Amino acid sequence: MKIGLVCPYTWDTPGGVRSHVADLALTLQEHGHTVSVLAPVDDPADLPSWVVDGGRAVSVPYNGAVARMNFGLKAANNVRRWVRDGDFDVLHIHEPLAPGLSLLACWVARGPIVATWHSSHVRSRMLSAGYYIAQTAMEKVRGSIAVSEDARRTLVAHVGGDAVLIPNGVRVAAFHEDGRLPQIAADVPTILFLGRIDEPRKGLDVLLDSLPMMIEQIPNIQVYVAGPGDLGEQHENLNPALSQSVTFLGRLSDKDKARALRSVDLYVAPHTGGESFGIVLIEAMAAETAVLASDLLAFRRVLEDGKSGALFANEDSSDLAAQAVRLLGDSAAREQLVDAGRTRVREFDWDVVVDDVIAVYESVGMPGEKVTTDIRGQIVGRLGMRPVS
Amino acid sequence: MWLLIIITLLLVILGLYLSMTAGRIDRLHLRIETSSLALDAHLLRRSSIALELATAGVLDPASGLLIADAAHAARTSADLDAVSKAQAESDLTAALDAALEDPEETAEIEITELGSGLLDELDAAFRRVQLSRRFHNDAVRACRQVRSQFLVRIFRLAGHTAWPETCEMDDTRPHGLTER
Repeated sequence: MKIGLVCPYTWDTPGGVRSHVADLALTLQEHGHTVSVLAPVDDPADLPSWVVDGGRAVSVPYNGAVARMNFGLKAANNVRRWVRDGDFDVLHIHEPLAPGLSLLACWVARGPIVATWHSSHVRSRMLSAGYYIAQTAMEKVRGSIAVSEDARRTLVAHVGGDAVLIPNGVRVAAFHEDGRLPQIAADVPTILFLGRIDEPRKGLDVLLDSLPMMIEQIPNIQVYVAGPGDLGEQHENLNPALSQSVTFLGRLSDKDKARALRSVDLYVAPHTGGESFGIVLIEAMAAETAVLASDLLAFRRVLEDGKSGALFANEDSSDLAAQAVRLLGDSAAREQLVDAGRTRVREFDWDVVVDDVIAVYESVGMPGEKVTTDIRGQIVGRLGMRPVS
Repeated sequence: MWLLIIITLLLVILGLYLSMTAGRIDRLHLRIETSSLALDAHLLRRSSIALELATAGVLDPASGLLIADAAHAARTSADLDAVSKAQAESDLTAALDAALEDPEETAEIEITELGSGLLDELDAAFRRVQLSRRFHNDAVRACRQVRSQFLVRIFRLAGHTAWPETCEMDDTRPHGLTER
């Protein structure tokens, strides 16, 4: 099939939706499909051949955060030209209500259109204000996919309509990265933390609070903290006695993240809330690392209530310390978690998940039907879509 | 004078709204037509594979006969009204479920390459039927919502197109397929 994917957020900035689109595009290509991705691009220098530059993005406040997206007549023309030249069998729009390329693609295209809903906390104020526009664009979407039960509920409640649940995938093979991360010590018990260090919900404080208790039992323990964020505050608060046991690695590339996961004995996810899915746990299981996570509902679901990863009471540093000490001292228990995780993660492997996505593609159109451009009946369309030569 | 301007303005806004809404309804009708055709295509695919499975000699003769009969009835239901057609498709689902209910028995069909290939295809067809029926009913729901608006009804924006109906049938995958 010839598939057009639209990503509303800049290709240059890492993010959940952007990596979802990239992984889906790569997997579809491995399965023999032709894929073109339209996304805003800041630096077109090392763009893969299958990504098309949708124009430079501007920063706008959207849905409680600042997102980089693009607008305007030029962007609309870019989208229209891409749709017209792409000759797609299916157009797959991500986060369709993000006011940028995604919404524009909904306006200018007609035919077999599929949309994936990622966000689970779209502000209802924005939706009610843009209700007519949203409704009109959404009516062209023939099949909706939601990546989580929360995202599905948001769609049903605020926009109306139904969605098929297809979870986020992980490219499992990409986490079998060879070689250790040289910064990580090989001969002592090691723990890894991933995530923004200045975001309280990621729970770094809970982990650091538990460290003195762990050091009592395992004096040579080493904790590695990888992720972006301001180091200053964490450094100041860090007890000098602990500083020998903690190493800040900063932001890691995807490859180094996989290496870091494979180099440590235990991955700890002390998140205190706000997680709807827990993709990071799946990544750790894909890298064949034992997982210890807080007992948030989303994490309990992913870890099958402790079967494929150990759990500790959320925000309870002493429980975290006790569980970590137990696991670090028991390689057989860790091995068992890794084995269970390897089985669990197969359900989320893009290689498997992509079949469900293709089933959706094949259910929205008639054989031989193509995506075409649409300028009918839309006032905005008439103003914005001058004929392109 | 001002009154005239205001009335004209209101009429223009009403006109624009009606024209845009008529466009929406037109698009929704087109979407329902397409989704219904897609659903029919997947139902036809399912009954073809069911017929193939029934006559391939991988089932016991009684199940084979049951499925072949139901598949034939489903394939020839195209000219019937929507309710009888849905009934014929539900009957096929029931026949397939009767034959493929037990995962252990289904596992025996899978021993042969022919059997396992047909089960793969049947399962894929089942899932596409489920998805396309869901998408079709979603399109019907969206269309009904617009068509029941007050202005749409008094200005008859939907024209003479029949009130859209959802497709109600049993398309539950047989236990033996889900447990594979």
